Amino acid sequence: MPFIPHTATDVARMLESIGVPGIDALFDEIPPELNCGGLKGVPAGLSEMAVSRLMHERAARDGFYSNFIGAGAYEHHIPAAVWQIVTRGEFYSAYTPYQAEASQGTLQLLYEYQTMMASLTGLDVSNASLYDGASAVAEAILMAVRAGRHGVKRVLVPATLHPRYRAVAKATVRNQGIELVNVPFDPAKGYTDLPALEAMASTPAAALVIPQPNFFGVLEPVDALTDWAHAHDMLAIAVVNPLALALLKPPGQWGGRGADICVGDGQPLGVPLSSGGPYFGFITARQALVRQLPGRIVGRTVDADGRSGFTLTLQAREQHIRRAKATSNICSNQGLLVTAATLHMALLGPQGLKNVALASHANTRDLSQRLAIIPGVERVFPAPFFHEVVMRVSSPVPDVLRALRARGILGGYALRQDYPELADCILVCATETKTDDDLENYAQQLARILSRRREAPPCAYK
Amino acid sequence: MLIFERSSPGRIARAQVPADTAAPDDLPADQLRADPPLLPECSELDVVRHYTGLSRKNFSIDTQFYPLGSCTMKYNPRACNSLAMLPQFLARHPLADADTGQGFLTSLYELQEMLKEVTGMAAVSLAPMAGAQGEFAGVAMIRAYHEARGDAARDEIIIPDAAHGTNPATAIMCGYQVKEIPTDRQGNVDLEALRAAVGPRTAGLMLTNPSTLGVFEKAIVEIQRIVHAAGGLSYYDGANLNAILARVRPGDMGFDVIHMNLHKTFSTPHGGGGPGAGPVGVSERLKPYLPIPYVLSERGFHRWAEEADCPESIGRMSAFGGNMGVLLRAFVYARMLGGEGMRRVAEYASLNAGYLAAELMKAGFELSFPGRRASHEFIVTLKGLKDETGVTAMDFAKRLLDYGFHAPTTYFPLLVPECLLIEPTETESKETLDAFVAAMVAVKREAEDRPEWVKSAPHALPVRRLDDVKAARELDVVWRP
Repeated sequence: MPFIPHTATDVARMLESIGVPGIDALFDEIPPELNCGGLKGVPAGLSEMAVSRLMHERAARDGFYSNFIGAGAYEHHIPAAVWQIVTRGEFYSAYTPYQAEASQGTLQLLYEYQTMMASLTGLDVSNASLYDGASAVAEAILMAVRAGRHGVKRVLVPATLHPRYRAVAKATVRNQGIELVNVPFDPAKGYTDLPALEAMASTPAAALVIPQPNFFGVLEPVDALTDWAHAHDMLAIAVVNPLALALLKPPGQWGGRGADICVGDGQPLGVPLSSGGPYFGFITARQALVRQLPGRIVGRTVDADGRSGFTLTLQAREQHIRRAKATSNICSNQGLLVTAATLHMALLGPQGLKNVALASHANTRDLSQRLAIIPGVERVFPAPFFHEVVMRVSSPVPDVLRALRARGILGGYALRQDYPELADCILVCATETKTDDDLENYAQQLARILSRRREAPPCAYK
Repeated sequence: MLIFERSSPGRIARAQVPADTAAPDDLPADQLRADPPLLPECSELDVVRHYTGLSRKNFSIDTQFYPLGSCTMKYNPRACNSLAMLPQFLARHPLADADTGQGFLTSLYELQEMLKEVTGMAAVSLAPMAGAQGEFAGVAMIRAYHEARGDAARDEIIIPDAAHGTNPATAIMCGYQVKEIPTDRQGNVDLEALRAAVGPRTAGLMLTNPSTLGVFEKAIVEIQRIVHAAGGLSYYDGANLNAILARVRPGDMGFDVIHMNLHKTFSTPHGGGGPGAGPVGVSERLKPYLPIPYVLSERGFHRWAEEADCPESIGRMSAFGGNMGVLLRAFVYARMLGGEGMRRVAEYASLNAGYLAAELMKAGFELSFPGRRASHEFIVTLKGLKDETGVTAMDFAKRLLDYGFHAPTTYFPLLVPECLLIEPTETESKETLDAFVAAMVAVKREAEDRPEWVKSAPHALPVRRLDDVKAARELDVVWRP
């Protein structure tokens, strides 16, 4: 029997010990009319060999593409050692480290992770991770409202924050009556519209969300935004790409006082694209906010002999202790992904992480220049960007992307569904994984597609 | 030793690091980082050795029996991991078009369909990334349903006192108040208390079945009828689905919404705390509110249902649709088991629990509900032992670690004093269960003969008992050089 080790003799002895005639008798407290008699709609079991063949066929059908989509999930090289160690059974098949003495491996790793994330973001404390970047933004908003002195249930969220993050935040906080106010962006610059923000100063809010880089890859004026938030008695919530922080100023140093909370998606740190997950969300904060953090936190302590050791701490914030009064209902962290990220950061070190960021940025910049010389293509926002850029094309975007896809290229993310005013624009990203040939191939194919469209436009009334 | 203490300035794992690139001249100086982050500078071997060493300080299913009640720590088949990590699945960008991912989307669609059959519900969404998020989605749907009907006075969720802490925490996150009801002496929901609790303010009931006491609610159909008659909806917490898989279905019991924990019932790894997956199934009337995205099948073509397809949806739970790799592992597991294999899961999980309970009772342990059938888990109370020897459930658990067994769940559910909640799962052999009984007996004898030794356990682990109070009082959550 798959994954059940019992022999017929075992079963007989066990039933005898229980004192029942057969396995069915073990279910005799369940009203018999509820017995569904099995699952006819579930196909028969397959051997490992058969299911292996099925999955290989499906994977082969999906194939490989030359990918230039970023938009919150980034293709980076992951050292082989990372996932070989992550999938060691001792990490892979362990439970939440509630029994600290039997979980020192996981706990020490989480403590190292917390140290790395706090340093990377320039803040004092970190938890042991959340589900993903989007849910981390939602948790940060709830945290800011809890920490707010005036009980204000309003948070300012810029239109340049990832649209999916905004959607998740809305779905998460609306049942608690928290209002998310949209802050528009300057269409000429591609970052948050400061005069529009100034006009919102008269209505109190608990926090201002500040993405860096923003969804368009553009750098926000983070110092000015952070200072503005603090001047108006709001917390500053940074939403960052952690890889960018190897290069860019950490949120803890933004403006005069630094951001108060920092969140983001840890996927660029050793987690494969994986069709969308599992990734992990991170959250760091100033020391004063540590008791408002959601989720698990690992602390260092000593054992009965005075030796250093690690344990889950401040559990009085959490659902299994506080129940209805917990800071969040979250009951897990993305442990395996954090294991990957910790190994990834340890292998790359400060210089390696910076080199990845530099190489990714250089490639995107190189690509944007190759694309911008194609007739009918232009860069949209002149402001400085990091490793992702918005390009306008002269032919309809879905058509262009489809044509690129037919040539094995995923050309970028179409902005039309989230930003109707940018309906003719593509968000393009080239990480360090792309070679000179990859960039040139993309530019040449796009030039060919656009030139053909100019000669024979695919219009409906042709 | 921490990884930072193995660091040496200037050391680098060169093979993993891209070549140096000139500093960019297009980034403003006031936006750049001045000092490097505190990351270790190590060789590849340093890192591999450090983390391999750490892994050996963990208990895990692959190394130890893990009878952790309510957590369903069964074997995680290796094929599920390797087939979910095929390079094409890993390389696929979440925003790539559906026509580049039909193999992947077909697998998820088939998983959705199988879970519909497993739960007997009208529709399933795979979006929630953990059980707690599944609970959130479920209660948010209940709220959306009442709001759509203009039934705004319903502001209470009823929850039995034996429930997981996530239930009340979730109700609060969804803007509800919690009304707790007691458990009767047989371990069932107190029906009179439930009848008294329901009313025009009842939005719904959250119920775990089999309950965290390890017993099946005999009056389950009556319970959901009481809630429905009051105008509330019924939520089935599927944490203990392993016990009833392919035998009974929440949909057939009349429930409106259920979440499943795929990291329990469908054997995806716990990973030291995550990632999990908490798909939700719903009855016909909650279908419009399902969280997005979920997979649609249109003449054999599979794609994600997004906002435009489901305008009444409670919305998104994650940026990209959930813990895809976990869902693929569950799919592989479900295909290897098949319908028959799923039925065997519940049968043998119950057989193992029943056998272990019987053997422990014969060995002199006190069961909390000896008159009841153990579902896939059961509770031993050590109150008598504590009164007699001073050894607590926590001491007992720590000493079991010395014997090479992960401890059962302690002090949960909260209403049984000095309890051990024990769940062996179907993947353990009779020999393992017998060895565990022998260890339980040995620790009990030690508690009677030399209680101080048990109270100061563990003795054979990398560290001895850790000081939790110091950890919270002198908070040290980030290393500083």
